[in-house]
Amino acid sequence: MNIIVCLKQVPDTESQIKVAPDAKGIVKDDLKWVMNPYDEFGVEEGLRLKEKFGGDVTVVGLGPKRVTESIRTALAMGADKGILISDPALEGSDALATAKAIAAAVKSLPYDIIFTGQRGIDDDNGIVGAALAEFLGIPHMAVIVKVEVSQDGKSVKCNRPVEGQTVVLESSLPAVITAQKGLNEPRYASLPGIMKAKKKPLEEKTLADLGLNPSEFGEGARDLKIIELMSPPARKAGKIVSGDTPENKAKELARLLHEEAKVI
Amino acid sequence: MAQGVMVIAEQRDGEIRKVSFEVTSEGKRLADKMGWKVTALLLGENIKDKASKLGHYGADKVIVADDPKLAAYTTDAYVAAVADIVKTEDPAVLILGASVQGKDLSARLSARLGVGMAQDCTALAIEDGNLTATRPIYAGKAYAKVGFSDKRPHMATTRPNVMTMNEPDTSKSPEIVEASLSLDEGALKTKVVELLRDESGKVDLTEADKIVSGGRGMKGPEHYNILEDLAAAIGASVGASRSAVDAGWRPHPDQVGQTGKVVSPNLYIACGISGAIQHLAGMSTSKVIVAINKDPDAPIFQRADYGVVDDLFKVVPALTEEVKKIAQ
Repeated sequence: MNIIVCLKQVPDTESQIKVAPDAKGIVKDDLKWVMNPYDEFGVEEGLRLKEKFGGDVTVVGLGPKRVTESIRTALAMGADKGILISDPALEGSDALATAKAIAAAVKSLPYDIIFTGQRGIDDDNGIVGAALAEFLGIPHMAVIVKVEVSQDGKSVKCNRPVEGQTVVLESSLPAVITAQKGLNEPRYASLPGIMKAKKKPLEEKTLADLGLNPSEFGEGARDLKIIELMSPPARKAGKIVSGDTPENKAKELARLLHEEAKVI
Repeated sequence: MAQGVMVIAEQRDGEIRKVSFEVTSEGKRLADKMGWKVTALLLGENIKDKASKLGHYGADKVIVADDPKLAAYTTDAYVAAVADIVKTEDPAVLILGASVQGKDLSARLSARLGVGMAQDCTALAIEDGNLTATRPIYAGKAYAKVGFSDKRPHMATTRPNVMTMNEPDTSKSPEIVEASLSLDEGALKTKVVELLRDESGKVDLTEADKIVSGGRGMKGPEHYNILEDLAAAIGASVGASRSAVDAGWRPHPDQVGQTGKVVSPNLYIACGISGAIQHLAGMSTSKVIVAINKDPDAPIFQRADYGVVDDLFKVVPALTEEVKKIAQ
């Protein structure tokens, strides 16, 4: 089975995010970059399918050179080879352009199943997986917590939690699946895994290598344009509820929520 | 030339979901600025009798796409149906609710139409005839104001519980038209094979009006019953911090934060949650925040409208009793 896992790098969840002075981006100095947490679930699921069905796992990353580290992490977890799509012209691309570039790289590879994270925890879009499937002309199933590939490797059953219920979907393969927390517990890279990863093939591709026109990418080609970034509206610390016992504090809190905030 | 606002309504088991009334209301406010009409699109099976409800919230016209293949949501069938209708209707602006379904439909639809799409917005506006949208990024650690290229429609989804619902005007009756669909069965690759219903009746955190959340301070899964009791008394859903979920105390769908759900309830009560930055990001658009924690230095108090510095195991049960008294 040919498995492809797409990944991106994002600032670690513990990061403070500061808006850059030009209000068009964030301050990137001192950020710790990690593999997008939802993509880790995709890597793990890809590895589990490989263990069950054989085949190989190709990791496709897009972004600046530092993304190589996250691809190496996936290789250290057990993936077989990596592709980094990297081109200065990609900087600032929107979700559709990103998906277009990934689709171009994936098209030339054999694939049965493709994983992406259900969203990047930076832009919080959740568009790339669906758009990638669209550009490849294959189905996708989004926000998936369980994947069962049929014995013959031709179809897949997926569990998708929606508000108040879980939908079990069935689809033909190839398909794109976007991974949600709960799908699995990603493994840690072992020391031998890390050593082996250094020797695994990692190719770098530019837009020209993929036969793409750089003018269709980057900031200028965005269909969703960033006007400005802002810090979140400030929330002032409110009042500390007074009372001499926990019970009296609870009583006062109930009163405030009822009479002042009017929420109960 | 593209004009008008189109909203896509979402139904489940034949009932239109609340977020769709929020979207229709917001669509009406945007359309009024331009003197535009609002067209709502309702997809499903045997749902025509529900269409007029969308008119009560501001839709001038409702297009009903009625087909057995649309009874349950699949991306394939819904995107095919909506893309056809959008091409015919040529709306300037297209908005959906940012539910799980809405986010999925909008993502694939934007790729099919080749237009920009702003996901999970907390504010929309029309400026010079163009849509602008404000949306939290980094789970709310920053906000982006975005605009669109010339390609139409300008697309956005709006976060549940954020857009104000209009008072329904039951005297309004929208024009109702049926869409003629040609869904090619062979092109539909995904199907719903089973629905596993959550019998608890719990409202999903993303749509809950009130949330009671517990973190590491709960000390173990066996103590969440005090949060369940409080939640039952005020009509809330129970959430959890990442540390509580990672410890296996609570299921993944309960997690609030950057790698969980981003929520906007009217009331968020954080119990034994210190307020890690990734948790604060996920709940900071809540209207009223209460923190109950015995550590007076917990960062959560910096965001809370009301803070109680004390032992949650004493405060929470007492609060439940007080709330019950008020309800009587």
